[in-house]
This record gives sequence, C-alpha cells and structure tokens, in this order.
Amino acid sequence: MALDDNRRRYISRLEGKKYFILGDEACGYGAIYAGCDFFAGYPITPASEVAELIALELPRAGGICIQMEDELASMAAIIGASWTGARTMTATSGPGFSLMQENIGYAIMTETPCVIVDVQRSGPSTGQATKPAQGDMLQARWGTHGDHNIIALSPNSAQECLDFMLDCFDLADEYRTPVILLMDGEIGHIRESVEMPRLSSIKHKSRKLAEPGEDVFGGDELVPGMTHYGQGCNIHVTGSTHLANGMRDVTTQNVHDILVKRICKKIDESRDKIVRVEKDITRDGKARVGVISYGATARPAYGAVKRARADGKSIDFLRLITIWPFARKQVTEFGENLDAIVVPEMNLGQISREIERFVNCQVVSAPKIGGVPHTVEEIHEAIMEVV
Amino acid sequence: MSEYRHRLMDYLREEIMPHRFCAGCGCGTILNAFTNAVDGLDLDPSRMVCVSGIGCSSWIPSPYFKSDTLHTTHGRPIAFATGVKIMRPDLTVVVIAGDGDVAGIGGNHLIHAARRNIDLSVFMVNNMIYGMTGGQVAPTTPVGVRTSTTPHRNIEPAFKAADLVVTAGGSYVARWTAYHVFPLMESMQNAMKKRGFSFIEIISQCPENYGRRIGLRTGNDFLKKFKEQSIRIEKAQGMSEEELKDKIVIGKLRDVDRPEFVAELHDLAREQVEALKKEKIK
Repeated sequence: MALDDNRRRYISRLEGKKYFILGDEACGYGAIYAGCDFFAGYPITPASEVAELIALELPRAGGICIQMEDELASMAAIIGASWTGARTMTATSGPGFSLMQENIGYAIMTETPCVIVDVQRSGPSTGQATKPAQGDMLQARWGTHGDHNIIALSPNSAQECLDFMLDCFDLADEYRTPVILLMDGEIGHIRESVEMPRLSSIKHKSRKLAEPGEDVFGGDELVPGMTHYGQGCNIHVTGSTHLANGMRDVTTQNVHDILVKRICKKIDESRDKIVRVEKDITRDGKARVGVISYGATARPAYGAVKRARADGKSIDFLRLITIWPFARKQVTEFGENLDAIVVPEMNLGQISREIERFVNCQVVSAPKIGGVPHTVEEIHEAIMEVV
Repeated sequence: MSEYRHRLMDYLREEIMPHRFCAGCGCGTILNAFTNAVDGLDLDPSRMVCVSGIGCSSWIPSPYFKSDTLHTTHGRPIAFATGVKIMRPDLTVVVIAGDGDVAGIGGNHLIHAARRNIDLSVFMVNNMIYGMTGGQVAPTTPVGVRTSTTPHRNIEPAFKAADLVVTAGGSYVARWTAYHVFPLMESMQNAMKKRGFSFIEIISQCPENYGRRIGLRTGNDFLKKFKEQSIRIEKAQGMSEEELKDKIVIGKLRDVDRPEFVAELHDLAREQVEALKKEKIK
C-alpha cells in the first residue's frame, strides 16, 4: 500500500521529531502513519483523546473523521467504508466495546479488515469510568457470539501505541479480519516522549486483491483476495453463512463448516507469524520462578523482576505483546523449567487462566482491580511469596 | 421461438431466482417498482451499492438486485451505508429494509442520518409486523391488533416513520403503499436523484404473518384496503387527527434542499489539506 501525496506531505512534517504526548494521541498519529482513511467513533473516557487527535489531524492528511450516534453505528460505518477499499478504524473503551461486539462479529464473518482500539477501563458496566483496567482481555477474544478467531495486540508505552497501529492495520489487511489494539487506561493516558518514525522506515503491507469476478469469500486460499465496491463486481456481502461467491446458504451444514473453520484457521495457522513476545531470561538458567505480564502492568512487573534479581533471585520475565492469538508455544517454552509463574494483571485472572492451559507448573495470579495499577512492591511481594 | 425473458432480468441475480417471498407479499411488487425506477433513470447498477438489514424486505436488494450489496446486521443498514457513501460519494447508495430494522431497532440511526442529511435513499418497507420471525408486534403495528407477542391486544401507538424523518431533517420524504406502484416508482426516482437524505415509507402487506391476524388473507385484500385507506397529503391537510385516524397519508411530505453531509465533509478535508500545503515547515 502506498501513501498518497497528502499523507506523505503530512507525515514529512512530523518525521524524526519527538513529541511529549498521551498514549491515546500516539495511537492517533499511528493511525495516520498507517494510512487510515476513515475514522468513525463515539466519545468515551479514556479513549476520547484518540478521536480528538484524529478529528484534528486526519483531515490535514486528507482523511475523514466522523462522530457517529453510538458505537454500534461507528463499527458499522467503518465496515461499510472498508468495502470501498479504505483503511478504517474506531476507538472506544469497555462499555462501547461491548456495543461493538455485534458488528465485530459481522466483520469477522464477512472478513472485513478494520482496526478497533479499546482503551480499557474498570468494569463491568460503567464501572470506574476514569480508571484503568485490563478487564476486556477475554471480551476481545470471545465478546462476539459464535466460533471465531481474533488478533489483538497490547502496547505498554506511548511509543508502542503509535508503532502497533501500523502493525494492526497491516494485520487487518493481511488476514482480512478486525484487529484490536488492547490498550488500557493507564497507557492511553500516560504522557511520554514519542518519536515520529521516518517515512522511509515504514513498509505498509497491502490488502490482497482478487480479480473482478473471482470468489472473494473462499476458494483455495485461507485468506481470499478482496474486490471493492464500485468495481462492477456485484459483490454480495452478508453476515449470514455464505458460499465462496458470497451468496447466502444458511441451511447446508457443510457450507457453514467450511466457512467458519477457514475463518478460524487463517489466524490459527499463522500463529507463529503473528505472535510477538518480549522476554528477559536469566543468564544462569537457574530461575525456578517467572513472571508473565502485558500492557501497563508489564512495567511494574518488570521492575519487580529486576528488584528480585538485585536481591540475588533468579527470575525470568515474559511480556505478551500479542494477546490473541495466544502465545501458546512461547508460554509453554517459558514454563518448561519453572516451578511457578506469577501473573500480575488488572483483572481477576483472565490471562492467568489462559496461561494455565499451556504450562505444567503452578500459575499464581496476582490480580489488582479498582483502578489503581500494581506497584513494584506489590508484584515483588507476590514473587517473593513463591520463590 | 426464443425463450421469454423479462426486460428487467438483467438487473436481477437470475441464478438465484425464483425469489422466496410468500404468495401475496408486497416485497415482489416493491422489487419491481425499484427495478423499474433504476431502469427509468438509466442508473448503472454497477455504480450502486444496495444496503439492507435483517427481515423479509431486506431480501429485495439482497440477494435479488444485481449490484454491490451489503446485507448487514439487524437495524444497522443506515450506519453501514454511511461509511460506504462517505468513502465513495460517487456511488448511489440505497438502503432497503423493513420497519423493524429502520424504525425499531435502528430508529436512532434513521434520525441521525436524516439530521446529517447524508445523501442516502432509504426505502422503508412497512408491513406493520415482524414477519420473518413469525408475526410479533412491531413499533408500526396499529393499536388493538393481536400479534404473537401481544396476544391480548397491542396497546402501543404506531410510529409514523415518515413524519419522524420530516421532523429530523430529511430532504425528501414520501409515503406510498404497495398499491400505488407508479407513484412509488416515480417517488423512488426522485429520492435517488435527490442530493441529501431521502426517505420513502412504503406501506406493504404481509398476508402470512399479519393479514391472517386481522382478517386480510390475501395480497389483494390488503391492496384493496390500502386503496380505501389512502388519502393524498394535499387532501389531508386541514383534516383533524380524528378524521385521519385510520387513513394512510400518501404523497410527497417534504422536498427541500439542504447542505449535504458527505460533500461538506470532503470540502472540510480539502480545506485542511490546502491549509497544510501553505503552512511553512517549522
């Protein structure tokens, strides 16, 4: 995908500069760098700053930003726009993310590339509107009904909010699927130095296109190419079970089986390509205890690991960058020689349960909710309890 | 002798015919009117996107009408269509969906699209019932009617969707019935030509799941009733609410010119791009 002149002109004014900005704002800049053509959203704390940055800056880069009447409509609008060939996104927080689940399912079923930013706050329901949480980890995976797969990334700095947006748009196009940037309120509202990347350092991936007349909902490839509205292809897009040519067939068992299994498989089979983790394994190889974390929590978690090491303890550390598809292999490898894994997260153990499925050692959940992030001391204490 | 082929068959996805509408249903008539309207306007279907929701009338364009189609979730077609139109203002974007979709679950999208005055043509097929799911009460069902979810009687007043769109700011608003096929066709053409939000409420019949509950067993029974009940807007003006109680007010309810949303949106982006071009790099 090539950026147009307006976009290049806009980016050329930023590149190489350092801004002291919010994670939410960095996310907005990331969208512009990624070539996002269309944003539709609805205000919500703590994600509004994503929309505000995009509303201000995206038109200057030639893109379009609108505020819809609700999150259902925002999600609907970005799906419709995606079928014109546009790169599209929305941003929200838990309550809005709940409303979007219906049409996230539609995007999965119709294999529509789009990006959803979820800046997580404390729930359920309205919860603590201004307080951070990581309570939507499983909603991102299973929030919409029916069998499916999803891709979700979790940044732990403002810089990563920008950088990961580029990855999100590329993954969405490459796998023809909605991709979720699972931020948390902590990272959304953190203010840090962010370096605006050089244009020359960015390689955008392109959406795979089909020839007019080719089937765009199946065939030999796990990810079929797309055609777009207005090309004269009479594309038939439906959230109902459909044949490779898009025509509805909601009664044949085999048609549903083939479609849904392929939609799951296209992400499952690329797990190794998609999954990214960051790890710091002790050099002596003597660690019996490890820590797995992600997002904002990974920061005090890593601090606690370093403190324990300073006390002479051997502790391994793994940060999940890709949350979904889950880093099964990496987590299994990480746990191989350990007796216990401590999992601090800002929920009551959502990812800790997922980790349990893939290791043989003890998994110790170190949850904290209520809108206050873990301190280094709290995680250090949790580590020392199992060392 | 060559095989008979309907002159409008090229507009339809022939491979999936015959259609699946019930005998006497109004949807076939409306598909006919729509196809004739497109043909009469010389619109190229490959320059159209037809968006629909969930319900019988959503099948009018999807799958039967041969253009790009977007068959969306229940209640959301106008919101989906908004995204399509914004990114492809050059395409004619038409929404065809039912009263449950447009005035029930998706009512909020309807009023906001009208308020924005986005250049969409929304043809709402109002059969006064949730037909596809077996005849439950709709926000358009008249008071007193027994449906499967109002087995004793419906006590809720019915929505007058077209009146709502007039108030919300639609540019072109009309109401017709499945009986008035020629005015309906002409009205659809005016709606698609209109630059702005246009809305036609099409009162239609569902003999299977509504008619049998109110003693109208065939499509014909309904059409005769629609003919009797209908009164032109010009005639209805000045009549009391009581006098209009069982009437269907038909005709063009509104036709005005207002700034169109998508054009303004793109103007705004162009202004911003031009301003940036002139800005000196700091």
